[in-house]
Amino acid sequence: MKYFNLIWAALFRRKTRTLFTLLSVMAAFLLFGLLNSVREAFTSAGHSIEGASRMLTISKVSFTMELPQSLDMRIQSVPGVAAVTYANWFGGIYQDPKNFFANEAVAANFFDVYSDLELPPAERRAFVATRTGAVVGASLARRFHWKIGDKIPLQATIFPQKDGSNTWTFDLVGIYHVTNSREKQQEDAFFFNWKYFDEARQFGNGKVGWYIEKVAQPKDADRVAQAIDALSANSDHETKTQSEAAFQAAFASQLADIGLIVGSIMGAVFFTLVLLTGNTMAQAVRERIPELAILKTIGFSNRSILVLVLAESVLLLALGGAIGLGLADLAVSVIRAQGIPIPMLPVGLAIWLEGFGLMAFIGLLVGVLPARRGMRLRIVDALAGR
Amino acid sequence: MSPLVEIRNLSKVYTRGRQKIEVLHHVNLDIARGDFLALMGPSGSGKTTLLNLIGGLDSPTEGTLSVGGERIDRLGQSALARWRASNVGFVFQFYNLLPMLSATKNVELPLLLTKLPAAKRRSHAGVALELVGLADRAAHKPGELSGGQQQRVAIARAIVSDPTLLVCDEPTGDLDRQSAVEVLTLLQRLNRDHGKTVVMVTHDPKAAEYATHTLHLDKGTLVEGVVAAEAAAQAGS
Repeated sequence: MKYFNLIWAALFRRKTRTLFTLLSVMAAFLLFGLLNSVREAFTSAGHSIEGASRMLTISKVSFTMELPQSLDMRIQSVPGVAAVTYANWFGGIYQDPKNFFANEAVAANFFDVYSDLELPPAERRAFVATRTGAVVGASLARRFHWKIGDKIPLQATIFPQKDGSNTWTFDLVGIYHVTNSREKQQEDAFFFNWKYFDEARQFGNGKVGWYIEKVAQPKDADRVAQAIDALSANSDHETKTQSEAAFQAAFASQLADIGLIVGSIMGAVFFTLVLLTGNTMAQAVRERIPELAILKTIGFSNRSILVLVLAESVLLLALGGAIGLGLADLAVSVIRAQGIPIPMLPVGLAIWLEGFGLMAFIGLLVGVLPARRGMRLRIVDALAGR
Repeated sequence: MSPLVEIRNLSKVYTRGRQKIEVLHHVNLDIARGDFLALMGPSGSGKTTLLNLIGGLDSPTEGTLSVGGERIDRLGQSALARWRASNVGFVFQFYNLLPMLSATKNVELPLLLTKLPAAKRRSHAGVALELVGLADRAAHKPGELSGGQQQRVAIARAIVSDPTLLVCDEPTGDLDRQSAVEVLTLLQRLNRDHGKTVVMVTHDPKAAEYATHTLHLDKGTLVEGVVAAEAAAQAGS
């Protein structure tokens, strides 16, 4: 700590240059925070403790092909299955297509299987009892200022009603919460009664989009999955059962390989950052050769000089990086609070730790050559300007 | 009393490409404790090289060099750095202060290598600045001080860790006459009142007048002055 003043003063010896370099580092880590927040949202889905005991059964042919509702009872009879529920993608629009949110028709016991979606018992009972009842996540309710008792019309894009109308009106009977901050994006969904949906829709009656099973023992998941798929073997509706996490990962990869996209962008950004900060550090040390020689003259060892320059380099990265990640954290909070439909998780500890690791790594990487130069300089040559 | 600095058959050869340049040639010299020695000579005579060797900034090619009884020619780089930190104060022609630090912080620099707590470091730096008459400029950065004041800050930095030996390379070379007198008077006071041994390289005969002894170097050899060690070495050979 006693060297901090010296390192800090050296860092801001050329204020304008340092400021611009800091802005570049900040921008890079802002991007890092935002992109990782999106990546985490895609990759962490289904990784909750609850999610570990849930499996999804979809059509083996395509996710969009529906399955007979009659499978429900048969799946329940598979040993190891604790509960079964099902759902259909609805794809309705509220007022404007840009107001996107997930909306699904779900079975009455849906919230038993998704116990991580916390719905008060009275509201759960109301959901089951109300034919046109709907339940929304707290975040979605905040976004559209909905409250219990509101009538919410959704415009169907796939399923018109039997009378030809595309307007489905639901009664909001419950608002659920998700306490785990990493799963908060699950609050951006709208669920309504599958029974009402199935009776009122024009086509596809008696079919469900997918089944969700809760297994008694997660360790038995593979065996249970095989047994469920065996129920429909050689039929016209063969199934594929997998863990919720595997399903979410596969679903996300259909949209895009988020990991590859994020990795590619960040690779390019950090490569540029290494060149930029490397140049800054090289210039900074080149200008300070006589000053480093003085430090050595008064007794600073070669190793002290090495550490001082490396510390300066890491400080440059850490300062800009921490501000950048802090801004990313703030931006994600604002985006989520505003209900802007971008899947994002808060910039959590893992991202911060990864970020600080990167700052230290890049700092050491760009500092090592200038630091070695400072360490190796001969005092008499440096003082003589050679 | 044994001399503070004992130099025997000291040679220094620099290699520039294929060329070998002998800058010092078998120099023998004793510098007594409490002496104020001026080293004079034309450019390229080897006086700065000799000063650098005495201050432990460079190592000799041949010969022995003891300061305070310690053979510094045998010390490795790390040991030499530690030795410099506790035994020598340096004053240079161009002050060599760190421009981004205040006078106090510049003076504190050598104390960072000690275990002194921050408050003690600040207080020691304050005392050193007071000694050089710059207590009122403690918060100023070098760019806000005159050349003479900067050199006095450099002297405060040189003495703050209470070294036995002060090595000064053209300390007045970049100063006007008035500032030069102030700096030389200060060095003289440190020598007389505080017992510091001062070795000063200078081109200026007026500056040399402040020293108690003057030695001349030419082409790497001491050419005049009473040097007991040389006589002793010659007698022994």
